Order: sequence, then C-alpha cells, then structure tokens
Amino acid sequence: MKRLLFGSAVAGAVLLPFVPLGLWAFSLRWYYPDLLPEQWGLRAWAYVFGTAGTQLTEALVQSVMVAAVTAILSVAGGVPAGRALGLYHFRGKDLLSMVLMLPILVPPLCVAMGLHLWLLRMGLAATFGGVVLIHLTACLPYAVFVMWGVFSNYNLEFEDQARSLGASSIKVVFQVMIPLTFPGIVVAALFSFLLSWSQYLSTLIIGGGKIITLPILLFALMGSGDRPVAAAVSIVFVIPALAALAVSARYLGSRRMLGVW
Amino acid sequence: MTQPPAAFSDARTRAAPRPAAVIRLLAPALAVVLLLFGGGLALGLVQSLGHLPAAGMSSLSLEHFARVFADPDFFKSLGLTFYLSLTSTLIAAAISVAAALMFNTLAGRSRAIQFIFQMPLTVPHLVIAVATVFMLAPSGLLARALQNLGLISSATAFPLLVNDPWGAGILAAYVWKEVPFITLMILAVLQANGAELLDVGRTLKAGRWQRFRHITLPTIFPSLGAASLIVFAYTFGAFEIPYLLGQTYPMMLPVWAYKAYSDVDLLSRPEGIAAGLVIAAVAATAVVLAQGLTQAARRRGAAL
Repeated sequence: MKRLLFGSAVAGAVLLPFVPLGLWAFSLRWYYPDLLPEQWGLRAWAYVFGTAGTQLTEALVQSVMVAAVTAILSVAGGVPAGRALGLYHFRGKDLLSMVLMLPILVPPLCVAMGLHLWLLRMGLAATFGGVVLIHLTACLPYAVFVMWGVFSNYNLEFEDQARSLGASSIKVVFQVMIPLTFPGIVVAALFSFLLSWSQYLSTLIIGGGKIITLPILLFALMGSGDRPVAAAVSIVFVIPALAALAVSARYLGSRRMLGVW
Repeated sequence: MTQPPAAFSDARTRAAPRPAAVIRLLAPALAVVLLLFGGGLALGLVQSLGHLPAAGMSSLSLEHFARVFADPDFFKSLGLTFYLSLTSTLIAAAISVAAALMFNTLAGRSRAIQFIFQMPLTVPHLVIAVATVFMLAPSGLLARALQNLGLISSATAFPLLVNDPWGAGILAAYVWKEVPFITLMILAVLQANGAELLDVGRTLKAGRWQRFRHITLPTIFPSLGAASLIVFAYTFGAFEIPYLLGQTYPMMLPVWAYKAYSDVDLLSRPEGIAAGLVIAAVAATAVVLAQGLTQAARRRGAAL
C-alpha cells in the first residue's frame, strides 16, 4: 500500500508537467477556463511537419548534425582520457578530475562570450564548426567521466592475453577494448549528444542566429505565443532525452546509471 | 540539462606504465578543456578588462568591473540569483532525502518507477520551462483546474506564479529537475553502506529519529552536500529557465549578463562578460567545494 502510494506520488510529480504539453499539442481550440480543449486536432503537427515544415525540419536536421558531430568527437576524446583515468594511478589525478568537471558545471555563457570574438576572427563564428567547438567544451569532459566510470571496471588482462596471442595494438583496440566497453561508449555518445542537443545560449551566442537549432526555434515560438505549436516542438525536443535514458537504463542497469551521473 | 557525474573510486587502477603514455591518452581531452574552456575564460577576462581593439579600447583596466559593481541592478540580480539558487537547492535537497529514504525501503525494485523518477535528469531545461508556463501561468492548467473546482472565480484571482517577484515558477522548474540527481547521489551511499549500521542502531534500541539523525544523516552528508553544491552551481548559471519564467526586473544574473552582452551598445559588452565571469567564479567555487567534500569523504571511507 505504502509502496503504491509512493509510486503514484513519484509518477504524478514527474509526469504532471507533461500533461499540459500533451493537451496543447493536440488541441485545436482551448479557451480559458475549460479544463480540456474544446476541440481536438492535429493542426500543430500539420504545421510542424507541413506548413512550417522546411523551417522546422531544417532546425531538426541542424540539431541532429551538431549533436552527432559533437558526440563523435566527444567519444573520440573521452575514450582515451577515460582509459587513462580509469586504469592508472598518477599524480595530480584529483586536480585533473576537478579541471575536467569545471567545464561541465561552469555555465557555457561566459566561455561562449569569451570565445566569440576570437571565433569571429578565425571565421568560425556563425558556422557549424564554431557551434560544435563551443558544445565540445562541456560535452567532451562529460564523455570523459562516463568512460572513466566504464574503465574503472575494465579488466586489462583481456588485452594482455590478446597481446600474448600476438594481436597488434590496433587489433587489441578494435577487437578487445571497443567491444568490451561498447555499452559504455554508447552511453557516453548518447549523453554527449543529449548535452549538445539541449544547448541554447551557447548556440545563440556563437551561432549568431545563423545556426538555427531546435531550441532556438522553440524560444522563438514561445515568443510568438502559438501554444499548440510550441507544445508540439517541445515534444519533438524531449524525445531524444527519454530515448537516451531508456537506452542507458537498458545497457547499464539502474545501479550502473549512478556511475554515469 | 544532464547533470554532472560523481568521481569514481578506483578499485582496480594500476600504476601508470609511463607518464608519456598517460599524457598521450589525456591529450585530446585536455587540449579541448584547456584551449576552449580555459581559453574562453581567459579571453573573456581580457575583454572584460577592457581590451577590445575592435571598439578602440586597448588598455587594460578594472573600469568595466567597477562599473558592474557600481550598478545597483547588478546587486539586485546577484541577490535574486543567490536567493533562487539557494532556495531551489534547499527544497530539492529536503525532498531528495525523503525520497531516497523511501526508495531505499519501498520502491527499490520497481524498474518502472525508477525510470520515471530519473526522467527529469535528461529532460532539457527548455522543455520543463515551457511546461511550467503551460502549467502555472494565469491561464495555465492549474488555474483552469482551480476555477473548475470553484476555488477561484477568474484568472485574475489566480496568484502570479510565472514571471513573478518570488520566482515561484523558477523554483518549481528547478526543484523538479534537481530532485532525481540529488536523490540518486544519496541513494548510492545509502545502498552501499547504510544497512549494517542501521541494524546496529536498532540493536542498541535507537529510535527512528535517532537512527536518522545519528546514522543516516552522517552517512549521506558528504554526498548530499556535494550534490547540493553541484546543483547550486548549475542553477546559478543556467539561462533558459529564468529567461522564460523570470520577471523582467530584476533579472537573474545569467539573463542580466546576456542582455548586457547582446546590447546594441557595444560598450556594455565587456560588462556582460564581467558579470559572466562573476557567475563562473561562483559556480567554480561551488564545484571545488563539492569535489573537496567528495574526496575528503572518500579518504575517510578508505581509512575506515
């Protein structure tokens, strides 16, 4: 009984904010003070994928591209660094862990403001590359921490065995290390993707209105006051977040999730 | 957005083969952090000290910082930001302690509840901000519900919960987002080393409150503290939620900094950056304290 009560309290508190999002996204007419829409409809969705389709699809594609490139680069840097941190003792490791944590938590606002002028000079402001670079400042360290957790449970003896059987270094990396750490790599990639996907302000500052990602479009929609469309875009925007959570819960199990955060 | 990770205990680490090998492994990550993050902050500092050749300013001075610190609006923003970050963190921490205890005893095995509970961790700030507007605005779902229940007579009788002076909407959105993170950090400790001590407490006839006060609380304190500091750092500098849910005056500091930075008057740009650096300094301090707490706890744990 107590368990049921607690479960429903959790579910209620977490899911409640999604109720108005869902209602608005499928409403056609909904005046105050009606509790439910007077008329239901798919106008918002038709608008999102039809009328305003090009603008929205472009933003969607842009968001996916930026986040995917950021995630790939984050994993590329995160795997070796996570390996070093997870497997070896060395001096200055505590300091290093702090240095790597700062970019995740210090807001990208000041970093983006600082870099803007110089990216402008290098011709990288308002470009795809510039936005990826600013996203990397937070996403790559994040991937490092995920891979650190993965490699602190990694058994080097498998590599030793492969090597003693005559495997080359490259073979060890691709046929031992990557397969063994694959679930962790997937999670690191997903969460770097997600972190980049959710960036708003740093994209706005560096992208300078040229790189329109989904959050930038969503902010504009909130300004325009079209609630059904804003709700529909919010739902599109939240899907990868829930997918990432689902995949990581499946791959890592809930206990291992804790290591990721 | 997604929350930061905790430091890991290194059960199986070995001594490094060669320092050069470790450095090679760390090089790409370090290059990004030092060049882009460190470089960004350094360049920001240079600009906020007035070096802006494009605008014809080339000498360094503390003038912009002085102007920021002489601005009463800045202090109003700073005060508001401290109030909202601190309040949301404290509320979230209190709820998290209760939630962690309940999770530990009640819902430990239900995967569905665990999944739902973790959802706010990955939901982007912007989405919860939009949802909060739809929920708490004067024509939002809550006002509609109250009016249908006959508790208020019209939308104007509904209290202002969004863009309000007390930041109710901001607090609600942040608490929603932060509780799972703090709870999971506490839960990790509770599940690892809470049970035996509580049994000892029970054998010694300690009451419920005594067990909580003298066993559970000291056990979870380091991770509760670290998680709260991390959450505080995050809320102190996050932009989307206050931008959408905050009032126009005074603004939370990140919004103030961005407004100054993007002002048509190029001269207020260094002031925006200066405010951004103040935010960075506060957030960095909180992170350093959090790491100190975790590392101290880890050392103490290792000594036991």
